[in-house]
Amino acid sequence: MPKVRIPTPLRQYASGESEVEVGGGTAGEALGNLVETHPDLKQHLYTGDSKLRSFVNVYKGDEDIRYLDGQDTDVADGDELSIIPSIAGGSVGRCR
Amino acid sequence: MVGDTPLLEFPSISAEVPGATILGKAEMQNPGGSVKDRPALWMIRDGERTGKLTPEKTILDATSGNTGIAYAWIGAALGYKVKLCMPKNASEERKKILKAYGVDFVLTDPGEGSDGAIREARKLYAEEPDKYFYPDQYSNPANPRSHYESTGPEIWEQTDGEITHFVAGLGTSGTFVGTATRLKEYNPDIKVISFEPESAFHGLEGMKHMESAIVPEIYDPSIADENLGASTEEAYEMVKRVAREEGVLIGISAGAAIATSLRVAREVGSGTIATILCDGADKYLSESFWEE
Repeated sequence: MPKVRIPTPLRQYASGESEVEVGGGTAGEALGNLVETHPDLKQHLYTGDSKLRSFVNVYKGDEDIRYLDGQDTDVADGDELSIIPSIAGGSVGRCR
Repeated sequence: MVGDTPLLEFPSISAEVPGATILGKAEMQNPGGSVKDRPALWMIRDGERTGKLTPEKTILDATSGNTGIAYAWIGAALGYKVKLCMPKNASEERKKILKAYGVDFVLTDPGEGSDGAIREARKLYAEEPDKYFYPDQYSNPANPRSHYESTGPEIWEQTDGEITHFVAGLGTSGTFVGTATRLKEYNPDIKVISFEPESAFHGLEGMKHMESAIVPEIYDPSIADENLGASTEEAYEMVKRVAREEGVLIGISAGAAIATSLRVAREVGSGTIATILCDGADKYLSESFWEE
């Protein structure tokens, strides 16, 4: 199954996990399955009309899926998807 | 060269609340294109004065971009080498600007945001403390002092003392802490309002969600009369509105600043509300929100 890497600020909504294995043959299906498993992630990743929020970038390996086939980008066993905000905010880790 | 930026009026946005005037400090007009020229210059000058920065040292810091650009041009102009730690997902435009100035940079895990860059800078400094001058903008009192000595007095003079509300976002918190402290000294009745991203996962470059982040040492939450949350989407909307209705290209955190100021205006009904436009839109033109 493909894996999705969860950025630090979102782990609190994914049972603390940094990586989640999900089913699905495309990036869109994999993300859909991810938010089904961890419903608290949904509002952080999607807008009300179920589009990815515009600062949410998804990478397959090192490539932004926007420049592949978007949500229809094929994913296979062992592929790694990463969720990355498009620009660097400053909210991660709980290292106070 | 640094500071003395214009205080712009936003008549079309202000018109939503008759009686309110929303003003934005055009920090994109600093030589490095952002508000960060102020703290960078103050921290470098402070390092020289205290002997911590000497000609053979390299300036090292963690930055999501604008402070890095400020160190880059000031370092080049004064003859210092510069090394920066920044998240890999900082915008391409920023990385290109830094390369143009000949800066050496280390890209850190984008999933960790700016805190990953802070940890990397601390590590590099701990390994070779004699090689680097590490201003550490999150902990350096010269950062808020730059705003206490420049931004605060400028806003006071530019509004002829008529400012009633000051609004600024929290990143290192230097802008808010320094400017708000000074304005309160001029007139304790001025309300000072900070804002931060409303949730931990956001696209407001340079801003920090304090509850979930490494809290900067210079941050003093007791200064703010009120602390508000801003969403990335409202910032995008405002960036486009200000471009199309006011003819000014502002950056994303500046969009959040105007949106928050408008919210304050609606709440209080009238007043002179000044905020900080941290940078312009030039570094964000390839973001996808422009197309939506």
